[in-house]
Amino acid sequence: MAETKNMILNMGPQHPSTHGVLRLILELDGETVVKLTPEIGYLHRGVEKLGENLTYHQFIPLTDREDYVAALSNNLAYCMTVEKLLGLEVPPRAMVARVLLTELQRIASHLIWLGTFGLDIGAMSLFFYCMREREQILDIFEACAGARLTINYFAIGGLRHDLPEGFESRVRDFIKIFPERMKNDYERIFQDNKIVRMRTEGVGIISKEDAIDLGLSGPLLRACGVAWDIRKSNPYCGYETYDFDIATGKVGDVFDRYLVRMEEMRQSLKIVQQALDRLPGGAHLADDPKVCLPPKQKVMTEMEALIHHFKIVSEGFEPPVGEVYHSIETPRGELGFYIVSDGSNKPYRLRFRPPSFVNLESLAKMAEGKLIGDLIAIIGALDPVMGEVDR
Amino acid sequence: MSEMVVDKLKKRFFASVLDSYSFRDESTVIINKEDIVAVCGYLKSDPDLSFDFLSDLCGVDYMGREPRFEVVYHLFSIDKHHRIRLKAMVGEGEKISSVVGIWGTADWHEREAFDMYGIIFEGHPNLIRILMPEDWDGHPLRKDYPLKGR
Amino acid sequence: MTEFIIIMLVKMFVIFGAVMLTMTYITLAERKILGYMQIRPGPNRVGPWGLLQPIADGIKLFLKEDIIPDKASKVVFVIAPAMALIPAVMTLAVIPFGPAVTIMGRQVDVYMADVNIGILYIFAVSSIGVYGIVLAGWSSESKYSLLGGLRSSAQMISYELSMGFALVGVIMMSQSLSMVKIIEAQKGVWFIVPQFFGFIIYITAAIAELNRTPFDLPEGESELVAGYFTEYSSMKYAMFMLGEYINIISVSGIVTTLYLGGWSGPILPPLAWFMIKLLAVVFFMIWVRATYPRFRYDQLMTFGWKVLLPASIANILLTPVFMKIFGYL
Repeated sequence: MAETKNMILNMGPQHPSTHGVLRLILELDGETVVKLTPEIGYLHRGVEKLGENLTYHQFIPLTDREDYVAALSNNLAYCMTVEKLLGLEVPPRAMVARVLLTELQRIASHLIWLGTFGLDIGAMSLFFYCMREREQILDIFEACAGARLTINYFAIGGLRHDLPEGFESRVRDFIKIFPERMKNDYERIFQDNKIVRMRTEGVGIISKEDAIDLGLSGPLLRACGVAWDIRKSNPYCGYETYDFDIATGKVGDVFDRYLVRMEEMRQSLKIVQQALDRLPGGAHLADDPKVCLPPKQKVMTEMEALIHHFKIVSEGFEPPVGEVYHSIETPRGELGFYIVSDGSNKPYRLRFRPPSFVNLESLAKMAEGKLIGDLIAIIGALDPVMGEVDR
Repeated sequence: MSEMVVDKLKKRFFASVLDSYSFRDESTVIINKEDIVAVCGYLKSDPDLSFDFLSDLCGVDYMGREPRFEVVYHLFSIDKHHRIRLKAMVGEGEKISSVVGIWGTADWHEREAFDMYGIIFEGHPNLIRILMPEDWDGHPLRKDYPLKGR
Repeated sequence: MTEFIIIMLVKMFVIFGAVMLTMTYITLAERKILGYMQIRPGPNRVGPWGLLQPIADGIKLFLKEDIIPDKASKVVFVIAPAMALIPAVMTLAVIPFGPAVTIMGRQVDVYMADVNIGILYIFAVSSIGVYGIVLAGWSSESKYSLLGGLRSSAQMISYELSMGFALVGVIMMSQSLSMVKIIEAQKGVWFIVPQFFGFIIYITAAIAELNRTPFDLPEGESELVAGYFTEYSSMKYAMFMLGEYINIISVSGIVTTLYLGGWSGPILPPLAWFMIKLLAVVFFMIWVRATYPRFRYDQLMTFGWKVLLPASIANILLTPVFMKIFGYL
């Protein structure tokens, strides 16, 4: 018999379904993946290094550009870490608005995931339905912040601006329309499809123990049956006062990940509803003139406010010496910031714990021994955002 | 909660715990770098602590101080919901034992710390650069590495 | 004799031209229909309702730089697209678009030839198309193309069997291999009714044969970039596309002829009926594309060999029983 050799296939960094610039070096035996080596770093921008050279305020826009699919979650994680470092209290209105908006962001992010996952396994229509609903959420963000993708709406101490007029009715419209759309447009066309089931069930299974060992977090870990959600286990922003459930899966395959994310969207909508009902009035930014920018009206009329504004913009503020780690539950999992402060106006060390980076590590474990078609479904279900992986 | 962890750790590894302090309700324990694997193994296996999840592992460069680097471990327990931060000091050119055997996720984290700071993890299965190109010169997150590159 | 040649040449140009025109507008229709199904307008910039879009696409493809990869085996690389296109055009010869009409006092059939083994001819010719794809995949010297070519050869061979078996039912009922005779045999009731299973099997296998969703693995974008034509550009790429869309027309034409009664229908002229039925089949294929995801490679093979093939054989066995019961025999 002739000697056979495995084929090395270089998949990416330019490939339709590697979600950005992920490069996978595949060793193939026919169509079976024998060995998989991820190569990352194509989008490395040295954000951690930049962070060490920017003031605390200046870094916020950079967080948008990490996980660009869920920019608000990144804003929130960073702002909360700095607030923890400062010991700054956030006013209740800002707190509730933050919860509301990050949950909407979670829905928007999961919608992108659902759409692209559909594309990955060849169902193209779903993508457009998902985009339609995401558009509605982005419109809400645009009304708040003027931006749609890199939203940069949260500031240290609260929100950059107060919520816009008509915010409530926009969100209510969305709440009204969304459950129906989910049921009719996503689940009926996608979930009940025989081929979708064939492509997802029993694919990419990872055990509970392996998942924890490899540091998986977020929907991926919950799909394995581990009911860990930072919003429940270490509540922040008052999540303990909201009524919602943790969605978990059973087997930990791609289909479970799909179910978990779908259920998460429903739960998020529930949280949005509750947050909207309790949205209090009052200030949207903490009253700390050394840290928070004064309102523009005051800057124009009061000398003191003008000075504070100038100081914050030009020099920033100086937090106490110390170090904090704070993590939140983003659509992709545990996003943590570790900031070491030496008492100057810039962080001494700013570390970013990206969920996608850690989740991607387990790809080899899930995909080796499977077919290329499975690999694509698994990458799709991992939902990596390369901005966050490479930083 | 985390006081209990620090107390237990101090009792068990009296000689290894160099220092411990708390800031904003977060406990930090500084561990002698020779004992890091033993301490981590204990933290993971002890039923009261059960730190089964390595949230994060990163390096920090304190240039001008001896030893120069710190490796920071953020541990979390999925059952108990508590966190702790471990630190180990590593001098320039010194080695520290890898914790890949305890938490598989440490693999890429340690590669990143090596890539960014040049900290060498002994016993790591595949300690090569991860974010920077293979032939890159220098370690970008070191304080003496210029911001605009070279 | 001269008259015969002239008539044939004219017919050739007319049919070829008409099919090319239909084909270009099927590409537009596909994009438009997909667009409406996906709540977006589809192409609407070039001309009213995007009507000039296919022409713009054609010009673009003509003017693109033609790249032949350095490592490709050049001769095969150049021949392969033609090998995919020519058989597709050849099948058109036996598709009966309409019955004989009288033009300038002469009886002219609206088809090239009524071969008495029409179905066999179609099978023979369309099988050659596989070579174009396999050779394109092999000669590109690209791994994606190679995998795409392999996938598609395996797929086409597997589904060709079920396709052929599905047609046996029709042949049994019409007792002829000639396309025109088959249409005439459907005077009473279209074969889609007595041969319903055969119809389902045939159209499934035909979609697989055409490499369309949910069987578009050879060019499965998310997996193999563009499959066997990853390395092709310009007119060579266009030739694959042409071949693919002409195949869609000919397959729809075959379905129309064999199962939907061909040109027969009331009031409207036969040619109009034929086109309506043909376009309905095309629409069905586009609809399937908007709805279904893609099979996995092994599932595709399992489906072909373990589901479709036994089903088509069962269809052959059941047809005589059916014919006996309903008095066809």
